Amino acid sequence: MHLYIRWVDALSKALGALAAWALLGACTISAGNALLRYAFNMGSNAWLEAQWYLFGFAVLAGAPMLFTLNEHVRVDVIYGSRSPRTKAWIDALGIALVLLPLCAIIVHLSGQFVIDSYQQQEHSPSAGGLIRWPIKAAIPIGFALLGLQALAELFKRILFLRSGEAVVPDYERPLQ
Amino acid sequence: MIAMEHMAPIMFGSLILVMLIGFPVAFSLAGLGLGFGYFAISQGFFNEAFMGNLPIRLFGVLSNELLLSIPFFTFMGAILERCGLAEDLLEGTGQLFGSKPGGLGFAVIIVGAILGAITGTVAASVIAMGVISLPVMMRYGYNMRYATGVIAASGTITQLIPPSLVLVVLADQLGQSVGDMYKGAIGPSMLQTAMFLLFTLGVALFKPQWVPPLPEEARTLKGAALIKRVLWGMLPSVVLIFLVLGTLFMGLATPTEAGALGAFGGMALAALHRRLNLDLIWQAMDSTVRVTTMVIFILLGSSVFSMVFQGVDGNVWIEHLLADLPGGVIGFLIVVNIFVFFLAFFLDFFEIAFIIVPLLAPVAQKLGIDLVWFGVLLCVNMQTSFMHPPFGFALFYLRGIADQIHKSGAIPRPIESKDIYLGAIPWVVMQLMLVAVVIFWPGSVTYWLDKEEVVNTDDVKIEMKIEDTGVEDMPPVMLEFGASEAASAP
Repeated sequence: MHLYIRWVDALSKALGALAAWALLGACTISAGNALLRYAFNMGSNAWLEAQWYLFGFAVLAGAPMLFTLNEHVRVDVIYGSRSPRTKAWIDALGIALVLLPLCAIIVHLSGQFVIDSYQQQEHSPSAGGLIRWPIKAAIPIGFALLGLQALAELFKRILFLRSGEAVVPDYERPLQ
Repeated sequence: MIAMEHMAPIMFGSLILVMLIGFPVAFSLAGLGLGFGYFAISQGFFNEAFMGNLPIRLFGVLSNELLLSIPFFTFMGAILERCGLAEDLLEGTGQLFGSKPGGLGFAVIIVGAILGAITGTVAASVIAMGVISLPVMMRYGYNMRYATGVIAASGTITQLIPPSLVLVVLADQLGQSVGDMYKGAIGPSMLQTAMFLLFTLGVALFKPQWVPPLPEEARTLKGAALIKRVLWGMLPSVVLIFLVLGTLFMGLATPTEAGALGAFGGMALAALHRRLNLDLIWQAMDSTVRVTTMVIFILLGSSVFSMVFQGVDGNVWIEHLLADLPGGVIGFLIVVNIFVFFLAFFLDFFEIAFIIVPLLAPVAQKLGIDLVWFGVLLCVNMQTSFMHPPFGFALFYLRGIADQIHKSGAIPRPIESKDIYLGAIPWVVMQLMLVAVVIFWPGSVTYWLDKEEVVNTDDVKIEMKIEDTGVEDMPPVMLEFGASEAASAP
């Protein structure tokens, strides 16, 4: 269990860093698009689409990392004042009963969606647009990775409930 | 067993229950959506193929170019809030107004509005202003409740003042353009700032002992040096805001591009202040990824939920619930605002925007309510969620830093929660007054919209009518307004 947690945490952290770069890339591309359009009257659909491809990748790659930090938003009216054990139980049950099946179902449902897109070699409807399957494939891959992290988080809660090993950061409401 | 028309209320009820448990909202929403979806299939309410729409929904969220502006504006704010801008602004303006009673209060309000525009997070504004201004205010004998109140309230202007993330999210959910939402929010955010300034003026006139002027020895900067300091702190950021909003309003850039340009402008500004380094950029990128992922994941979750909710005719149910309220448009708006006000005790604005707003929007549209007006109104309302006990974010941050400051010895006595809570009351009342103003005077929002669209003179006439008429004539005027705008749109 420990080994699994360590590996998956490291993977998620790396993905999080990748997501950060992807967003910076998207930002650069977007600013570049605007400047080029006005400076040289140039524009390309491929670059316009590249920015939201990167955005999509970043969001899906960032989610597992956010989970390791325990920063997915909760309604903490009741949760906030529970004991650490109760919180661990809520999380463990939620992950086992909701999140893991959820990831599996989404991977399953979107798998066909990606395969169709790949087989048809679907392109964006705009001229010069990008090929579609990579960004569509990000959905099942992203949720599969989220599932891996969810399992790691489940293990962390189990370890805590069994032996009091505190490996999960306290939940704090995110800054807004 | 269960009839189809019972599905929607059951789903909505379970949503509330499940959210209260405290499992992450994004996952709860998606889980509920899927659970009810498969249940509905098993009951034969819709067929198996229905769930095939799910990837399309998810893909729709990810391929939404508008949402890209969320990371860009966040990144711009994250850079700027870390490069000491708040300090520069507050020290300059504090010294400028310091010689008058209430001067520090004015400084906090004005800086709050500027910071709100450039950084975009309430937390950053409240923390920065609390750390810098609270000790100064305490040292020179400000009333504690006034001091905490003004800092928390000025921090929350951030929500309303463009370019604000809340407005982007609301524009997306209401299907309006971000530019229009921003324009619509200009009026209310100026009114809000003006109200706060007036209140402070009132305090300075009637309770001058609460807001004493800074003594001579505390005002180290004078004359040209002071002016230079204020301008140096203020000008670059103001220029940046005008560039970002200006290119957007003039249609030179999409909101997304304006955000991206703003992010690079922010880096340039940080470099100008010689505070740009790799560490800063990395921190800003990191927090951008976290905010973006958090927000978009709630949206992914809620898109799963709402797909199924609409599948079981949940929107019809909500419409029945809300459309027959007494009082027509005004009745609807008042009920909705009270509802959102109380909901905001428990939910963050993201949750309200993603879950509640999509349910309300079709009803509002059917009643002929201008959706930009509606969105700005909700945004004004949601500001209060930062300001009221027990979970008001702004108060919570202030609490945290007040303790820290006390421990470091910068303020003589600890600030009690009671002071912070009581101090917030007048400001919440002012925010609610603004809600009422926006409800009964839609022109406060739409004024800025029409001015830009020089389409035809009819619009102008209608707008004058709105300003002149009282409460009674409102619904037909709004209907007419909505219709004429729709007609002039293409």
